[in-house]
Amino acid sequence: MSEISKKKSLFASPLFQLVITRLLEFIREPQAVFWVYFFPLLMAFSLGIAFREKPQEDLRLCIVQMVDETTQQSLKQANGFVFSSESFEKGLDLLRRGRVDAVVDPDPQKGKSRIRIHTDPTRPESALAKARLEAHLARANQPGLEPIPDVALGLGGLRYIDFLIPGLLGINLMGGGLWGVGYALVDLRVRKLLKRFAATPLRVRDLLISLAISRFIFTAGQVIILLGASWLVFGVEIRGSILQFCLLIGLGGFCFLALGLLVASRASKYETVNGIMNLVMLPMYVFSGVFFSAERFPEVIGPAIRLLPLTALNDSLRAVMNDGRSITTLGSEVLILVLWTAGALTLAIRLFRWR
Amino acid sequence: MDAAIECVDLIKTFPGKPPVEAVRGLSLSIKRGECFGILGPNGAGKTTTLEILEGLQTPTSGTVRILGKTWESHAPWLREKTGISLQETKLSEELTVLETVRLFSSFYQDSADPNDVIAQVSLESKARSLIGKLSGGQKQRVALACALVGKPELLFLDEPTTGLDPQSRRQVWELVQNYQDKGGTVLITTHYMDEAEKLCGSLAIVDQGKIIAEGSPAQLIKSHAGQTRIEVDFDTPPGSNWIETGLELSQMENLDPNHFVLHSSSLIESLPKVLEAAKKSGKTIQAIRTHQPTLEDVFVALTGRHLRDEGASS
Ligand SMILES: Nc1ncnc2c1ncn2[C@@H]1O[C@H](COP(=O)(O)OP(=O)(O)O)[C@@H](O)[C@H]1O
Ligand SMILES: [Mg+2]
Repeated sequence: MSEISKKKSLFASPLFQLVITRLLEFIREPQAVFWVYFFPLLMAFSLGIAFREKPQEDLRLCIVQMVDETTQQSLKQANGFVFSSESFEKGLDLLRRGRVDAVVDPDPQKGKSRIRIHTDPTRPESALAKARLEAHLARANQPGLEPIPDVALGLGGLRYIDFLIPGLLGINLMGGGLWGVGYALVDLRVRKLLKRFAATPLRVRDLLISLAISRFIFTAGQVIILLGASWLVFGVEIRGSILQFCLLIGLGGFCFLALGLLVASRASKYETVNGIMNLVMLPMYVFSGVFFSAERFPEVIGPAIRLLPLTALNDSLRAVMNDGRSITTLGSEVLILVLWTAGALTLAIRLFRWR
Repeated sequence: MDAAIECVDLIKTFPGKPPVEAVRGLSLSIKRGECFGILGPNGAGKTTTLEILEGLQTPTSGTVRILGKTWESHAPWLREKTGISLQETKLSEELTVLETVRLFSSFYQDSADPNDVIAQVSLESKARSLIGKLSGGQKQRVALACALVGKPELLFLDEPTTGLDPQSRRQVWELVQNYQDKGGTVLITTHYMDEAEKLCGSLAIVDQGKIIAEGSPAQLIKSHAGQTRIEVDFDTPPGSNWIETGLELSQMENLDPNHFVLHSSSLIESLPKVLEAAKKSGKTIQAIRTHQPTLEDVFVALTGRHLRDEGASS
């Protein structure tokens, strides 16, 4: 009778047992481990590589064979290009397919030494090629002019991966709260395990706290893995205070946990909870600036977008990680998160049903 | 001493169009140490009644007292004292038997050692197996272990053997009897009459939300299904007056002169009489069959329907 005692040991406490069984169940489910830990990494790597900086990448210029020899020589002195020589039709075809960035051919109205530059206006590289070429030609015609140095435009050295990682952290917190808590709770309800628990002295409070603790453990693991890997591979850093960053992660995690509880407070079918979950998450995936800045949406819906919890979380994570700002300058974002949390939690506790 | 379970005029109506009257005025009084059965067909209101008594549903009207207390005033105390097994619960497949029982034990202030309870349900060899790898009967025994681990004074079992093979059913019965032998009170629902006869000292037969008969299995059979049927086949006709009939033994149809059907209120007294009369008549008995009335017959006698939808009495 070793486990009998009036005052329970930590090991025999309901909180400890609920958390440990939840962790055991999780690690025994390989797909769950994949989706929670490896999928975000995979996403970070593939997007990080696809959108990595291409420093001073040479643009591809196709010079149509009919351009006269001296003009060709002069064009080929331009910096930052690789050159190819094709027929006019072939050149245009390559341009259309994105294999070259610009095509140069003689202007039929002005003779062989005057040229035209053909570009594809939908591609930034193409516009850049034209601009670079024109600058070169201008310089070539006026040899006294100093070459204009390239001006590095950008967000203070901000790369896409630096922008992406806070967004990925945001959607992981959202998914973790909604799936990890909401779906888990509905699953317990569908399996009548929630009702079975209700028939024991277990208190709702302990059950909910245990869900929060296990979520906290999963989330901490996720954040550490994602940040660690992106730091090692891409050198992504937290420029602001680490403590404040952790506070924001905690607040965001708690906010989505509350939303997860709310979503699951009554639903008694998987289909219902799936539907509600998609209804809640999809708009935030799209509008909250995960993969690209939310500023790109029309200004009319801007205020609504800024009220979404994921927007507030992403924006504040980026402010701390990318811009090194202090949490004290992020009053409105923090307030939005706190209000969502408080509202969802109050409602969830009021609506909660065991069965 | 108070009754272990007492309820008066329970009514439960589920709102809807039309509303479902699952329980329609049901009263019970169950003594401590008793194994009480609620026997009835599917949809009779057994689960609803049980869940009201378990404090998991609230009745539309009526009162419930468990161990002298009510759920409204003493829920936490009562939760410590009762163990239940729901009609359907899917325990986590990815946890082992020991992990599951230990989890449930953590919910109780005073719980039994999980290993002891696992031994009690004869699953020692499976303690470290995942629940997902167990058979239906073994899973049911895990559910019982979870019900027993809080050292309950009162055990509620909702159709604990439905869907199990005969051997697993017997194992469950043995467990329930062991628990009762140690002084526990059991309330069990079932639609198997053999289970009710085997386990229950008293039972209530429930149909359409009401008790239609109550008593010990023997009393119920005696008062509602009456008599044992004795069939006798002779090699040559003995004549219709071969046996002296009376109050406790009557002769029914004899369509075939070789074949007789008798109804007896006491098999033990009638059987020697039958054999003696046959001997006197000088004819040889080829076969003799008896059919003792069961609770199934009681249910048929009371409702004109069979307990199970299939209508089979196994
Ligand atoms: N939550 C509910 N809502 C509506 N009707 C219900 C509900 N639970 C049970 N019922 C109905 O009440 C009746 C009794 O059900 P139940 O108590 O489960 O019967 P049993 O356990 O004897 O099979 C059935 O007709 C069932 O459909
Ligand atoms: Mg039932």
